[in-house]
Amino acid sequence: MIRVEGLRKRYASTEALRGIDLDVPAGTVCGLLGPNGAGKTTAVRILATLLRPDAGRAEVAGLDVVRDAAALRFRIGLAGQHAAVDELLTGQRNLELFGRLYHLPRAAARARAEELLERFGLARAARRPVKEYSGGMRRRLDLAASLIVAPRVLFMDEPTTGLDPRSRMELWERLRALVNEGTTLLLTTQYLDEADHLTDQVVVLKEGRVAASGSPAALKRQVGGDRVRILVREPADVPAALRALHEAGSHPAAGSATEADRLVTVPAPEGAQSLIRVAGALATAGIPVEDLALRRPTLDEVFLRLTA
Amino acid sequence: MYETLRWTVLDSLTIAGRTYSRLKAQPAEIAAFLIFPVIMTVLFGYVFGSAITLPGGGDYRDFLMPGIFMQVMALTATAAATAVGEDMERGIIDRFRAQPIARSAVLVGRSVADLSMHLLSLAGMVTAGVLLAGWRAHGSVAETVAAFGLLALFGFAMIWVGTYIGLFVKSGAQADAATFGWLFPMTFLANTFVPTQGLPAWLKPVADWNPMSAVVAAVRALFGNPTESGDVWPLRHPVAASVLWSVALLVVFVPLATRRYRNTSR
Repeated sequence: MIRVEGLRKRYASTEALRGIDLDVPAGTVCGLLGPNGAGKTTAVRILATLLRPDAGRAEVAGLDVVRDAAALRFRIGLAGQHAAVDELLTGQRNLELFGRLYHLPRAAARARAEELLERFGLARAARRPVKEYSGGMRRRLDLAASLIVAPRVLFMDEPTTGLDPRSRMELWERLRALVNEGTTLLLTTQYLDEADHLTDQVVVLKEGRVAASGSPAALKRQVGGDRVRILVREPADVPAALRALHEAGSHPAAGSATEADRLVTVPAPEGAQSLIRVAGALATAGIPVEDLALRRPTLDEVFLRLTA
Repeated sequence: MYETLRWTVLDSLTIAGRTYSRLKAQPAEIAAFLIFPVIMTVLFGYVFGSAITLPGGGDYRDFLMPGIFMQVMALTATAAATAVGEDMERGIIDRFRAQPIARSAVLVGRSVADLSMHLLSLAGMVTAGVLLAGWRAHGSVAETVAAFGLLALFGFAMIWVGTYIGLFVKSGAQADAATFGWLFPMTFLANTFVPTQGLPAWLKPVADWNPMSAVVAAVRALFGNPTESGDVWPLRHPVAASVLWSVALLVVFVPLATRRYRNTSR
């Protein structure tokens, strides 16, 4: 549904995109990750027809983003970093306005506005000016505004930045529902748990290039398997713990300075079973343990490793 | 071709409708809009007016009102820049650009709606002038209509100057700073409130060549209000000069703003 080849974009002083490729199948979610300045927003702006690429090709819903931009605009929705709605107007009036600009007749624009307000839980606030809305309500209205023509592809640039955890999870629910109905979603995010929850495919950008891509699970496997994390009570307990674990057949690594040298990690190839074995070995040796946990690699680790 | 034109007009009307809806949501703004003329008329007409006598004779308040009319139309640039700047800040311009809207409709719709609002403000100013300052138009009906036409044309040109500036800034506050700071003093550095013949020799040419002086002189002449005769070309032919200035601004800033709108990247 989204196909990108060798996309490049240079601004006056910086090269924002140095040739990226993307392939997002219909009905899936692709998350663009990357540190600030990696080119995420530039990529979204090119795909949403706001910016012309310098080189490369990009097709969305079978249409070229430069040549067929006018036709493409009827098939995409864009929700940017801000809630791009008019504060002074009511929710209803906002959606009617954007509907009219998609060339819906007046009655159809009104009906579509009511339908979307209903769907996004804003029916009761429909006649209130947006400036009285909460942050979560604004985002929902913004999302509703990008869905007026039931787009095949939806672009979202940091959709949940600045939202409280509850509003954020609520928005995730709604996005998942949209994708289940067949919408293809491309989003950028700073939150790795968001990528983990929502995406089928993650593309990590670094300095305008694709540093890695794949499903969240595959990327995590690249960083390594499960580990047991042991926090002993005193730094002096570390050597005894290492000895005990060696004898139990594990290959521990002594910890890091950040944990005041009390941290020991052990590979856990058998997951919970490894955890039980480690616990048993430590108990037998009588080593005082403050915290013991099985840890799976997180996207944070993937991200930090790839973008370091 | 016909379809494109039709959608350009319809989209422009939709965008203009937004401006009117916004105005309805801000009764305080409308009040300020209507009170401002009263303040300006009283302030200049009576506070400064009491100390100013015109070199060629004539009533100062009759001389003053066309200046205030021009100032209202010049400051349209600040309002336009601020409104566009706010839309840039909120990403509304981006949303419009990602929609299948006729390419020039957003700016054209806004500028026309802005002009109609400012003409409303001008009407308030005229009413204040008539009621509070005893101002009258002494010319023929055609001349009076021409005078208001010139003011509207100049205001429309200034709206496009402001729109262009608004497309460069990152916020409404920045837009205000980027226009009002030079524009407001510039409305004074002209024949707007005082005759320029008293100005020092180094400053007088600046005031005489200020496009705003030509507009004020033209409007004074058409209304049959007291005016001073100038020796530079724009003041000897103020009507032609005002039209030329306004058209020149439009010829430069309409394409610039339209291009900037299409390529804006934030």
